[in-house]
Amino acid sequence: MSAGALVGIVLVSHSAGVAEQVVELARGLAAGGAVAPIAPAGGTADGTLGTSAELITAAASAVDRGAGVAFLADLGSSVLTVKALLGDEELPPGSRLLDAPFLEGAVAALVAASAGAPLEAVAAAAEEAYDYRKG
Amino acid sequence: MRDAEFFRHWMRAAADAVEREADRLTELDSPIGDADHGANLLRGFAAVRSAVAGPEPAGTPGALLQVAGRTLIATVGGASGPLYGTLLRRTGKELGEAAEVSDEDLRAALRAGVDAVARLGGAAPGDKTMLDALVPGVEALSRSYRAAADAADGGAGATVPLRARKGRASYLGERSIGHQDPGATSAALLLGALADTAEGTA
Repeated sequence: MSAGALVGIVLVSHSAGVAEQVVELARGLAAGGAVAPIAPAGGTADGTLGTSAELITAAASAVDRGAGVAFLADLGSSVLTVKALLGDEELPPGSRLLDAPFLEGAVAALVAASAGAPLEAVAAAAEEAYDYRKG
Repeated sequence: MRDAEFFRHWMRAAADAVEREADRLTELDSPIGDADHGANLLRGFAAVRSAVAGPEPAGTPGALLQVAGRTLIATVGGASGPLYGTLLRRTGKELGEAAEVSDEDLRAALRAGVDAVARLGGAAPGDKTMLDALVPGVEALSRSYRAAADAADGGAGATVPLRARKGRASYLGERSIGHQDPGATSAALLLGALADTAEGTA
């Protein structure tokens, strides 16, 4: 890991639009300092709803700066595909699936990563989002 | 003993079965899923058919199943991709690098593959998933390949009265009752293709 490298973030959704818009929202809310690398991996390669292992690995390579890559996934096959890729070591070293809500977790992770937090702290920030009750 | 050709044949037989039954799988997936199980598996197993064609790249049973599993993860697009992909890849890893494997080796490897699927999905028998066919199927393998296929079929049929506790169908609660699980149905096709291959009828 190079000194000062930022953790990268990949948002895996069943929908390309959802992944892209949540990236945009997180970037908007994290702005104020250097924004850590974040990329969407939404929908299938042919543009339908679903999960694409190919888009996930490409997004991971795009955001990998050597400090680890944090994945947030929305539902079912998004979660399972990231887990399956992790199990076969097809993602960059230091890749980790965060156990966190998709949107809130993405914002928290990007804010933490942009402040230069290491992967552990990025994961903790995202997972804390579960503690914020809305009702 | 079973060589790579046996496993190539099994994957082709599975692809044939998925082609034959794709419409039925999608019909089963309409009331409780998102009506794409047949189409997803059709795409996945068509890619597997090409990936395992020819003498290379997979010269051993283990390597061939790992190629097939990786192909399913890469191409299916739904939850059945990583689940079946993990089943085949883990089974392939368990078989190691032997050029030929015994039926007993295959039984043990398939059991490890099914365990890996259960861990990945966090599911157990009774949750109305592919495990309701895979678990009894693998248990019956000690009797014969046909017994395994029949037990998997029975397991798939027995998902009808169950309430789904995993996947999209679980959001339906009580309304998931009364429908056969499409994943258990396709799992039974996979074990049926294995039995046909072992009997030389595929």
